[in-house]
Amino acid sequence: MARIEAEVGKPQGGFMKWIDDRFPFTKTMEHHVTKYYASKNFNWWYVFGVLAFVVLAIQLLTGIFLTMNYKPSAAEAFASVEYIMRDVEWGWLIRYMHSTGASFFFIVVYLHMFRAMLYGSYQKPRELIWLIGMLIFLVLMAEAFAGYLLPWGQMSYWGAQVIISLFGAIPVVGDALVEIIRGDYAISDITLNRFFALHVIVLPLALIGLVFVHIVALHEVGSNNPDGIDIKKLKDESGKPLDGIAFHPYHTSKDLVGIIVFLMIFSAVVFFAPDMGGYFLEHANFDPANMTATPEHIAPVWYFTPYYAILRAVPDKLWGFILFVAAVLLPVFLPWLDRSRVRSIRYRGWMYKSALTVFVITFFALLLLGLAPAEGAYVMLARIFSVLYFAFFLLMPFYTAMDKTKPVPDRVVYHD
Amino acid sequence: MTKLKKFASLMALGACFVTTQGYAAGGGGSHMKPAGIDPDNVASLQRGARNFMNYCSGCHSAQYVRYNTIGKTLNLSEEQLMDNLMFNADKTFETIQTAMPAADGARWYGKTPPDLSLMARARGADYVYNFLKGFYVSEASPTGVDNLVLAGTSMPHVLWELQGYQAVNFDKHENEDGSVTTTFEGFEQLSAGSMDAEEYDDFVRDTVNFLAYIAEPIRSERRKLGVWVIMFLIFFFILSTQLKKQIWKDV
Repeated sequence: MARIEAEVGKPQGGFMKWIDDRFPFTKTMEHHVTKYYASKNFNWWYVFGVLAFVVLAIQLLTGIFLTMNYKPSAAEAFASVEYIMRDVEWGWLIRYMHSTGASFFFIVVYLHMFRAMLYGSYQKPRELIWLIGMLIFLVLMAEAFAGYLLPWGQMSYWGAQVIISLFGAIPVVGDALVEIIRGDYAISDITLNRFFALHVIVLPLALIGLVFVHIVALHEVGSNNPDGIDIKKLKDESGKPLDGIAFHPYHTSKDLVGIIVFLMIFSAVVFFAPDMGGYFLEHANFDPANMTATPEHIAPVWYFTPYYAILRAVPDKLWGFILFVAAVLLPVFLPWLDRSRVRSIRYRGWMYKSALTVFVITFFALLLLGLAPAEGAYVMLARIFSVLYFAFFLLMPFYTAMDKTKPVPDRVVYHD
Repeated sequence: MTKLKKFASLMALGACFVTTQGYAAGGGGSHMKPAGIDPDNVASLQRGARNFMNYCSGCHSAQYVRYNTIGKTLNLSEEQLMDNLMFNADKTFETIQTAMPAADGARWYGKTPPDLSLMARARGADYVYNFLKGFYVSEASPTGVDNLVLAGTSMPHVLWELQGYQAVNFDKHENEDGSVTTTFEGFEQLSAGSMDAEEYDDFVRDTVNFLAYIAEPIRSERRKLGVWVIMFLIFFFILSTQLKKQIWKDV
């Protein structure tokens, strides 16, 4: 009795209860981590979402340290990058991680998007997740573009010059728009300063916010799976999906393996081929920006070249710009272009399978063509592949509706 | 594990699409010979440093490169640096500046001689190697020489004492439509220098090796560190697969 009396007035449940009475900590952890159930038959395509998160973290952390030493001024930017590379302790590693991270961000995000196309992850009820994801992709493109100007090398300067001047093709407002973007009559110190502001504040902030919303939306409807089955239909007595396992510790322990494999590939590039043969760091960008000398061959960085190839394939400047924008934006409409009765490629017919195969080849072909000079046979090839690119999306309502699908099982299936 | 193998082969397939992006800088072409430099050969780098300070630094700066950085990589003491390489600097932390004012350079040559800190990285070691071996006598040029790699260069043949002068042979082939295709046939030695062809070749190779080194002084260190990082990750990978197996036992 004496013991019980002694405990009267003492808070029950300890520190966690104190927190939970004031902030939904346990509730949030359970909803998003320990009791978030995702399909147990995830394959390695499902690792790229987590990897995108890892790359975002790498970019934010290395970006902070770069900002501590970088000078956003036309007179000092190039030299300050070399200062980071040579004189700042571990500066070279931070810079190479950031520049390699930029390319890997796109590799991971492209594969993440391709996963959605394989298994119909954008279909109902996940349309909004897809839309938010596309918005993330657009912000990421802007972020990468703004960041590429900052080293103030020849490719930074002339790449930005080419891309910004594209907006000049827009009738009536084009020229004024270009001036507003540059803040000057040419790309200058002013442009560099505003791109720096966009790159280190506006766009990363938008990116973090959108990633947060992307994950909240995902956890509301639940993750898709390689079979495209709704695992919430079949639950046990406790309400746990029969085919689902908790995100933590199951998927987290599996993702950890994926993250380490990713870090191996990432480190191999950072330590042994940071230029990646001129694709991740373009050779000409080791020449400081010079507005009076145009480089012989201007190519955007590889992750923009599929769209750049489409732009160049069109002889007319305005139409080129329109198709360029359309090529970037068309995937937004995938949830409504796809009229298949099934989600996963496992149960789709030959039409979608062939279309997706051709699309993958098309994307790689355009990527390579965008890197090459627009000469001779390349021009015709770029046109053919541009048509194929658009055909994949615009014909989708027809071939997905006509395609013969296979019956979808009730439970998830393992494939090795 | 089979899934992991599939994933690994997929990544390897992706890597197959990656070929090396060529150096797009002017000139070059099929007559470019590989420089054949060995970045780990410290003796070659030391000779290259000597060559650079003796023959290049009179006109060209390497404004991002500090003497003490060179000393560290090339195993040179402070005294050795000061006695052999530092002609116009007092402290080893100073960067390599040229004695020639930029404005004078522009006045004398029509163009300020470019900084060489990053030249080998921007143009490629092969480019610099072929450039230094590509001077030939040309009456039309104010310097008396032109260059096979960079036509119309404003740089005179600084190394003429070593290489001597050479003439170039072009094959002018007239096409059916009347246009003329010029192809490089070879060089012809006009006057001998103090070095024979092989000695000059080694001289240029050492110099280019040094230029490639100063373009990225951290290169050898990052490769050494990379081995450790990958080894650590392999160890970590084994641990993580075991952890995953344990946790997934009941799935």
